[in-house]
Amino acid sequence: MFKSIYKYLTDIFNGARTLLTGMKVTGYYFFHPKEIITQQYPENRDTLKMFDMFRGEVVLIHDENNEHKCTGCSACELACPNGTIEIISDKAIDPETGKSKKVIDTFVYHLQMCTMCNLCILACPTDAIKMAQTFEHAVFDRSELTKVLNRPGSKIMAGIKE
Amino acid sequence: MSNIFSLISDKDSKGTSSATETQEYFVNMGPQHPSTHGVLRLLLTLDGEIIRKVEPHIGYIHRSIEKMCEKDSYQQIVHLTDRMDYLSCHMNNEAVCLAVEKGLQLEVPDRVKFIRTIISELTRLSSHQLWWGVMGMDLGAITTFLYGFRDREQITDIFEETCGARLTMNYNVPGGVMFDIHPNFQKRTKDFLKYFKEKLPEYDELLTGNVIFVERTKDIGYLSKEDAISFGVTGPSGRASGFACDVRKKDPYSAYDRVDFKEIIRTDCDSFGRYKVRIAEMYESLHIIEQLIDNIPEGDFKAKTKAVIKLPPGEYYQRVETARGELGVYVISDNKKSPYRVKFRSPGFSNLFALDTMAKGYKIADLVAMMSTLDLVIPDIDR
Repeated sequence: MFKSIYKYLTDIFNGARTLLTGMKVTGYYFFHPKEIITQQYPENRDTLKMFDMFRGEVVLIHDENNEHKCTGCSACELACPNGTIEIISDKAIDPETGKSKKVIDTFVYHLQMCTMCNLCILACPTDAIKMAQTFEHAVFDRSELTKVLNRPGSKIMAGIKE
Repeated sequence: MSNIFSLISDKDSKGTSSATETQEYFVNMGPQHPSTHGVLRLLLTLDGEIIRKVEPHIGYIHRSIEKMCEKDSYQQIVHLTDRMDYLSCHMNNEAVCLAVEKGLQLEVPDRVKFIRTIISELTRLSSHQLWWGVMGMDLGAITTFLYGFRDREQITDIFEETCGARLTMNYNVPGGVMFDIHPNFQKRTKDFLKYFKEKLPEYDELLTGNVIFVERTKDIGYLSKEDAISFGVTGPSGRASGFACDVRKKDPYSAYDRVDFKEIIRTDCDSFGRYKVRIAEMYESLHIIEQLIDNIPEGDFKAKTKAVIKLPPGEYYQRVETARGELGVYVISDNKKSPYRVKFRSPGFSNLFALDTMAKGYKIADLVAMMSTLDLVIPDIDR
């Protein structure tokens, strides 16, 4: 009888001790607020920089003359596992040689289907596309997620061949 | 503490017996339940609050990944496996890549093996950190969740910098890895090792010794070694039942044959044993990374493969140890650019079906602890 009461009391004492051990850890962080790593997200938007490798969305690289490197070869379209990329190509006459040449009309990118697997970037023979570091993709309407990547009036850079 | 309850019940039992007619009844746990960690429905047969039978009903997030593999090229399959067991995505990718490399009889460079092993172990650590946080939260301790995620953030930063994504990384390609490691990778990983070695004892202080936690897990959810083997329970859950099933030891792949680590085996067979195995595995993972991080050999990060991979006709099987257990990838090729059939032997599926044997006779509140220590990831079960 005494033994069981003794055990009961030591159990209570030990139980309280283990709880206090845990509270020692939480108490430490309570009194050391500098070690807390929480970021105030929408407020720190200006200083928040993603890593260079971060895969946010596919973009077509344009230079300052509004020229890109896409030849319309559809390698990215074939490499994509989800049908995210759709290239609608057109024929244009090369002013130098006078021959007709394949150029892109619209580079359609369905962001809603993209899994950011990076296979299109690896497949591109001319390094025309890359992954951008944007991450705020929320929109109010689903149709806004279908994007046209080539800018209006843009044309292919000189000297890029398939 | 149980003694005082027995004292009280002894006194009570001297009174009149209160035996009444009881009836078994059914309760649906899930599909939407915080402790099922996804859409899993458990049909429980209960007698009061004692569990008589657990019947898992699965298929709520079945996405037919195995069927989708049949139309994809071998490079495209890899990213689908990210979506199975998302917490050990790198190991899933590695399993597919190793199977394809086996078919091509391709020897990958040493650098690739080292990078793959380091990132696998980092993935295992991040998975166990998340499991530890969620395990505490399932049993009512929200503190652990925040602490687990605090440390996991350091690993996801490493992944983001080197692999380009935090969770579904898709860093492996057949023949190697997608890009070379980032120049900061080694420094950042070493910083993390130093940081986490200081923080890991906090896990023990917060949860392992806690009297409420111990009372709720010790001697709960008994799974004998024989049952573990017959159900195919692998990973930390199987090793807590004394079943030596670590693929890293039994069938070494990548750089695991070059590192020294212990296979953690306990014979507790209960929820607390499964918890302790995972905590000990975190120390082992740190130990493995420590041995490799300074010795990454120079060389290519990818062996040369053809743009269109065609495996020679035949059957290929490769197994790896994910954070949950043994993942097997079985590929049948008929010399086309996509496989004829792909079958995944996922650890979560086998582990889940041991739940009925484990839970029989215990209280319904204990089931939450048991599911937590099995570390179920539902997309892994359904695929």
